[in-house]
Amino acid sequence: MPLGLLKYGLSSKYPARRHFPPAKDLKRSYDVVIIGGGGHGLAAAYYLARDYGITNVAVLDKGYLAGGNTARNTAIIRSNYLTPEGVRFYEESMRLYRELSEEFSYNILYSVRGHFTLAHTDAAMRTSRWRAEVNKHLGVDSELIYPDDIRKLCPSMNLSDDVRYPILGALYHPPGAIARHDAVAWGYAAGAARRGVEIHQMTEVTGILTENGRVKGVETNRGTIHCNKVLQAVAGSSSLVGKMAGLRLPIRTIPLQACVSVPLKPFLDQIVVSGSLHVYVSQSSRGELVMGGSTDPYALYSTRSTLDFKESLLGHMLELFPFLGEVSVLRQWAGMTDMTPDFSPVMGLTPIENYYIDSGWGTWGFKATPICGRTMADTVATGVAPKLIEPFRLSRFDEFAQVGEKGAASVGH
Amino acid sequence: MKIMNCPLNGPRNISEFVWGGEVRTMPDPNGCTTEEWADYVFLENNTAGIVREWWCHVPTSFWFIAERNTVTDEIIRTYPAGEVFKTRVDFAPRPKTQEGTR
Repeated sequence: MPLGLLKYGLSSKYPARRHFPPAKDLKRSYDVVIIGGGGHGLAAAYYLARDYGITNVAVLDKGYLAGGNTARNTAIIRSNYLTPEGVRFYEESMRLYRELSEEFSYNILYSVRGHFTLAHTDAAMRTSRWRAEVNKHLGVDSELIYPDDIRKLCPSMNLSDDVRYPILGALYHPPGAIARHDAVAWGYAAGAARRGVEIHQMTEVTGILTENGRVKGVETNRGTIHCNKVLQAVAGSSSLVGKMAGLRLPIRTIPLQACVSVPLKPFLDQIVVSGSLHVYVSQSSRGELVMGGSTDPYALYSTRSTLDFKESLLGHMLELFPFLGEVSVLRQWAGMTDMTPDFSPVMGLTPIENYYIDSGWGTWGFKATPICGRTMADTVATGVAPKLIEPFRLSRFDEFAQVGEKGAASVGH
Repeated sequence: MKIMNCPLNGPRNISEFVWGGEVRTMPDPNGCTTEEWADYVFLENNTAGIVREWWCHVPTSFWFIAERNTVTDEIIRTYPAGEVFKTRVDFAPRPKTQEGTR
């Protein structure tokens, strides 16, 4: 009854619940400045406050809270990676994700769906087998299955041979999940703000102040801030922010486009990914099909959408689900990804003292949000990168010690 | 579809081309340090603005250079690599003792 609702809305007995305290003036100095108010930066602020009692922290964002790649990903969470370093890291992230709604007292809509990585070639079957064995060895639920099993689990998928790329099998990862990405960032932001962390939106960092190879503060469009430590946790603009600090990074900024269909009745429980078809798709709790593909074919600092991408993505979607032929696309968008040469992130210490980096999150950043926050908080608080992220250090490129995860990227790039 | 002007074949669909990254000077593999080589192989300028890049027209395997704005996605000029690379680059010969090592 709309009028009844209005009564509650206007009554002072039922005040609106405020997620975050109102914005304050920017102070002249903080213990820690976090550049980037997305999931990763907010999670780091949360764990700094919760686990290390460091609350004199400012999270700065040039736009609005969690409005960058945190708002633009396709919300898939999985840990079936290829290298032991990657599997251990993402598995720990999934463990944290499962506890997150309870931790925040705020529902992040974590929904376990099961995750298929379809194989259409012998090479893909071989990689799937390899990943399944690495995963099982490290205690991750993952196995190679064949079309008969796929048909039982996902009857709506087209498994016929009468297509350009018939499905030979799939890497099946039952714990694969999706979550509400905004809620993850808001949960971390609210928890951090409650503990005293300040979140400043529309505050763009324009320069990094250093002295004798040590960070001293940041310049922003709202004035200069002095601080002891800086964590760079941006995406898309990692190279540009890094350059302000004098860093050169192994990153190319490449757009990744995605779209959703109009809402449909539930027919797809699992998350379906195909490297050969450059498609990944899941059905959200609202019924929309959330679809993404490979990154754009060249570097660009832009979030424009193209028709070429949609034609290729949707053509391949129809091979998997031919009955979607009459369904419309409802929304489209793009994010800017930090692509690294080995498809692994760049995390931890930098050559600048007390300047820490969390970047290189290409197309795999959302699923790592909790563990990134936790390990980067540890790094900022102690000045030492924990063992779990040591393999992802920036200096690995100088040492030719890459962590090759291209074989576990959701789609071919 | 976006159109790129190939210096050999004229205006073609962008899907016929492959991006090869920024034009950079390769250090002498036998004379440079490991850090210089790692920098050349892995690190990027990743400039936001006008850059000079390698592109290839795949059906004809023709590599050329394009000047492109990486913020607006505007292709400013394309031309054959010979406009930039006018002389042959000779590196120091590989020392015999390093045969079989990295």
